[in-house]
Amino acid sequence: MNKKNSDGLTADDLSQGEMARLLAIVGRERRVDAFEAIFRFYAPRIRSFMAVKTKDRQTAEELMQETMAAVWNKAVQFDPLKGNVSAWIYTIARNIRIDAYRRRRPEIDVNDPAFVADDMPGADEEFQQLQEAQLLRGAMAALPADQLDVLRRAFFDEASHSEIAKDLGVPLGTVKSRIRLAFEKLRLALDGRL
Amino acid sequence: MSVKHHISDAFLVDYASGSLSEGWSLAVASHLALCPECRQRLAVMEGAAGALLEKVPADADVEDAWALFKTRAINLEAEEIRPAPPAPEPSAVLPEPLRSYVGGDLADLKWRALGRGAYQILIETQDPETQVRLLRIPAGKPVPEHTHDGRELTLVLAGSFRDGEELFGRGDIEEADGDLLHTPTATEGEDCICLAVTEAPLKFSSWIVRLLQPILKI
Repeated sequence: MNKKNSDGLTADDLSQGEMARLLAIVGRERRVDAFEAIFRFYAPRIRSFMAVKTKDRQTAEELMQETMAAVWNKAVQFDPLKGNVSAWIYTIARNIRIDAYRRRRPEIDVNDPAFVADDMPGADEEFQQLQEAQLLRGAMAALPADQLDVLRRAFFDEASHSEIAKDLGVPLGTVKSRIRLAFEKLRLALDGRL
Repeated sequence: MSVKHHISDAFLVDYASGSLSEGWSLAVASHLALCPECRQRLAVMEGAAGALLEKVPADADVEDAWALFKTRAINLEAEEIRPAPPAPEPSAVLPEPLRSYVGGDLADLKWRALGRGAYQILIETQDPETQVRLLRIPAGKPVPEHTHDGRELTLVLAGSFRDGEELFGRGDIEEADGDLLHTPTATEGEDCICLAVTEAPLKFSSWIVRLLQPILKI
């Protein structure tokens, strides 16, 4: 597993490249057959993601279907230069979970005249995105278990810092420093980016 | 002038995960609109979340779900690519999403006097955890009534303020908590306008009290 090929990309990264390619086809041509691999990989994972919060299997199933329908519908909006497929699908699932609980999460508007655009020389190639996804995955694999666990609780359980502290029986400051240390390492791994 | 005071990982990760409540999220998102650097930090966090999603064990059977999806997909309309957005206003001081919350840009605001030359506008949200308001502090004057127990986020939108040795200008965000004694003071020469989010001032759950708060300004 994760054997590096001549480009230095792992099997996981290549499959992310493949996912991006399929998603582009779905966006352009709305081909159900192109969507199948995406669905088979992400649907069960999103169902688990939804089940963490609802505990109800049927609700988790419906929220998953809703998420995959949104992925299908928005496929044309996916920009492989701006991020990887997994991160994009995560944000869609997250937003649907927030809506399901009738909560509000104000967001930026990139067309707003007051919006300050990024003038840093950014990631401008798909290959660079894949490389960054690879660096990120490598750095995540190297994170200490306790830091990875806190990230999982934050993103999947949607748990606040104090809830995580209570569940783990550690002081709030410990949770905060684990989060800070984890992201310092991830950002360091991505170097030039931040 | 680029942003020098950024949102902490603690707030940003809760915004990334969606667990941050509406009031705090409004301050974080308005900071993100003005700070490309923090948008990149957010992208790293969402990338991490995506990588974790890949690692979730694929549990149950997917055949039924896929069969259901296929039959529905035929009827799913692709989201139309949005037509070019209406010509944006030539300029704006307040960034989105804040501008929509207050219903206009700086020139449209109806300030209420707080005394000593300071003004405020309470911003309504559905978030009982926080109190959200715009503050206008006269040049050279300290932020009034500045005692609070819990956490506080202050985002500068116009002018600047000084807190101790630190200068906060447009886009800068200051995080404070109850333990920290601080006295932000608007810089001479220009009024300072900022978005201030604090823990809801009263712990009472009574809706009457909550209803009266804006009137009593407590």
